[in-house]
Amino acid sequence: MNKKQKKLLFRIVLASVLLIGIRVMQEFLSDSGIKEPVWFLLYLIPYLVTGYDILKKAGKGIVNRQVFDENFLMAIATVGAIAIALVGKTGDYVDAVAVMLFYQIGELFQSYAVGKSRRNISALMDIRPDYANLEEDGEVRKVDPDEVAPGSIILVKPGEKIPLDGTIVEGRTTLNTSALTGESIPREVNAGDEVISGCINMTGVIRVKTSREFGESTVSKILELVENSSSRKSRSENFISKFARYYTPAVCIGALALAVLPPVVSLIMGNPAAWGRWIYRALTFLVISCPCALVISIPLTFFAGIGGASRAGILVKGSNYLEQLSKTGIVAMDKTGTMTKGVFEVSGIHHSSMEDERLLEIAAHAECFSTHPIAKSIRDAYLSGRFRKEESAAKPVIAAERVTSVEEIGGNGISAIVDGKQVLAGNGKLMERFGIEPIACHHVGTIVHVAVDGSYAGHILISDMVKPTSKEAIRKIRAAGVSRTVVLTGDAANVAQKVAAELGIDEIRAELLPADKVTEVERLLQQKKDGETLVFVGDGINDAPVLSRADIGIAMGALGSDAAIEAADVVLMDDDPVKIAKAIGIARKCMRIVYENIVFAIGVKLLCLVLGALGMANMWMAIFADVGVMVLAVLNAIRALFVKRV
Amino acid sequence: MKKSYKIEVDCANCANKMEAAAKKTEGVKDAVVNFMALKMNVEFEEGADVKAVMQNVLKNCKKVEDDCEIYL
Repeated sequence: MNKKQKKLLFRIVLASVLLIGIRVMQEFLSDSGIKEPVWFLLYLIPYLVTGYDILKKAGKGIVNRQVFDENFLMAIATVGAIAIALVGKTGDYVDAVAVMLFYQIGELFQSYAVGKSRRNISALMDIRPDYANLEEDGEVRKVDPDEVAPGSIILVKPGEKIPLDGTIVEGRTTLNTSALTGESIPREVNAGDEVISGCINMTGVIRVKTSREFGESTVSKILELVENSSSRKSRSENFISKFARYYTPAVCIGALALAVLPPVVSLIMGNPAAWGRWIYRALTFLVISCPCALVISIPLTFFAGIGGASRAGILVKGSNYLEQLSKTGIVAMDKTGTMTKGVFEVSGIHHSSMEDERLLEIAAHAECFSTHPIAKSIRDAYLSGRFRKEESAAKPVIAAERVTSVEEIGGNGISAIVDGKQVLAGNGKLMERFGIEPIACHHVGTIVHVAVDGSYAGHILISDMVKPTSKEAIRKIRAAGVSRTVVLTGDAANVAQKVAAELGIDEIRAELLPADKVTEVERLLQQKKDGETLVFVGDGINDAPVLSRADIGIAMGALGSDAAIEAADVVLMDDDPVKIAKAIGIARKCMRIVYENIVFAIGVKLLCLVLGALGMANMWMAIFADVGVMVLAVLNAIRALFVKRV
Repeated sequence: MKKSYKIEVDCANCANKMEAAAKKTEGVKDAVVNFMALKMNVEFEEGADVKAVMQNVLKNCKKVEDDCEIYL
């Protein structure tokens, strides 16, 4: 509790004690003949102790022509109740003081609960490093990360947060990236690897050469983004603030009408006016009307939702995007780098006249000097030992001395002597050139034919691999209620078709140039149903225009990529496509809570207003309608923070 | 030009009122109050005197919500 809250608590306790004391006194001394103004003055003490600031604010509000705020409502309601007791000579001031007291308890609780949830959410998102161990002239000292210039050497010990982006110059360790990506599997890094600020160093001491200053580091970027996210308000939030703007004056006018009209009508009809009863009802009306429960719970829900999402490695740039994401109807996605790994891997070895591993060994040696990505993928496949029949102790190695007379035949492939044998590795044209009949492959991808000593030895299929979680991702996206999934790709139709069929994607648009993707997204935007949104998912590298054209652009694998963070509305910190479904799920949950709160808060208030007008709700019920609803709505809003099982 | 200020305010509705008051201040193009982060983002008109404008913003906010603070 802060100072203000403590002071308020003290006032509440003091006033409660005084109120009870005076009430007991009144009970015992009722026959003693103490005359009226005495009780009035006595009750005035606890009333002023709890409510003096409210009265002051109400007074200032009137001076500043801000009449219809809740201070004004409370002041009028309680002063009115006291006046009724005074005029009616009932001596029943307890209601008025109690209403003020409970209103203040509500205020205290609200400010405490909101402050606490704000701190909780902020703490969850707190990836800000407190210090950096700067190494200078052989000495290490702790400094503010802000003071570290790019190019400095910093030391990161186990258990510490990496304060700035940089490259490891010495040491190896495992990093916990979960605060950034939501991914719990630790990542191994060695000297030469880039590290990103905000990760937690788990095992070893590393020395890092910083590449950016703190303000430009990933951690600052993310914090800035999340902190600013609730500034982009959703339609629900705007609706609520508009609603509050009209609602409070409307209730005040309603209360006034309730206080004046029925007695007047009653008088005209020739009956007693019963002013006291109607004014009391009008005052009840005013207490119920306070709009804060509504106004607080909606932004709090979004704040919690965005906080929860960022814990899962999903950065949402604004409440409005969360709202739109919940209405996703069409998901369009890029293929390479989004659904597939975007790197080429050996996916099969066919028609080989020898053991697969042997063929790969020969090809890997023939290609050992080539820098072509295909050559690299063959070498990687060989070194990984993936195609070995049985585990043997010896690790596969590429021995350059086994290879002689390497000749690169431009656009065709390579000719080389491996272990004294003439090896050809390349495309069909290379085979034709040497008069060898290649066996065509019916799979999709890049094919490297291999011939040894003039006879065909088989071919290696290299293709872009589908991410292991892509299929699950599409299934989950569908389960989240998305009716249409479309792949937009620059690749050949048969490649796209195969991937789409494998993953269960509805439609493909293949052989698109980057500009065509925008046109295609525009066409999809026209086809979508009203109230639905179109989401485009890309890796953020060359699809910035598409990301911004779609209703919601999701960039994935954005860890360390500024361009993607800039262009997209939602950023997935790692490249796991399942997060797309998760983001939609979080958005849906958040919006469900928002609607629950809107319906619940407005519903209870309206119900109590009606009951109050009919004289069936007293001040106590009115207090529940105000404070109770607020508490429940705040608690419900906090649920949006929990996104583990979305 | 845009600037962000830390604010202190107790209730969400008051924050909304501050936002409305800031928006109406001369020299302010747009203003957003973020109650959850306790921040006010102000976008100024071209060539506005930021300091003077912010003094007015503070004054106007104090008018609608006595109990608020903007850390200039």
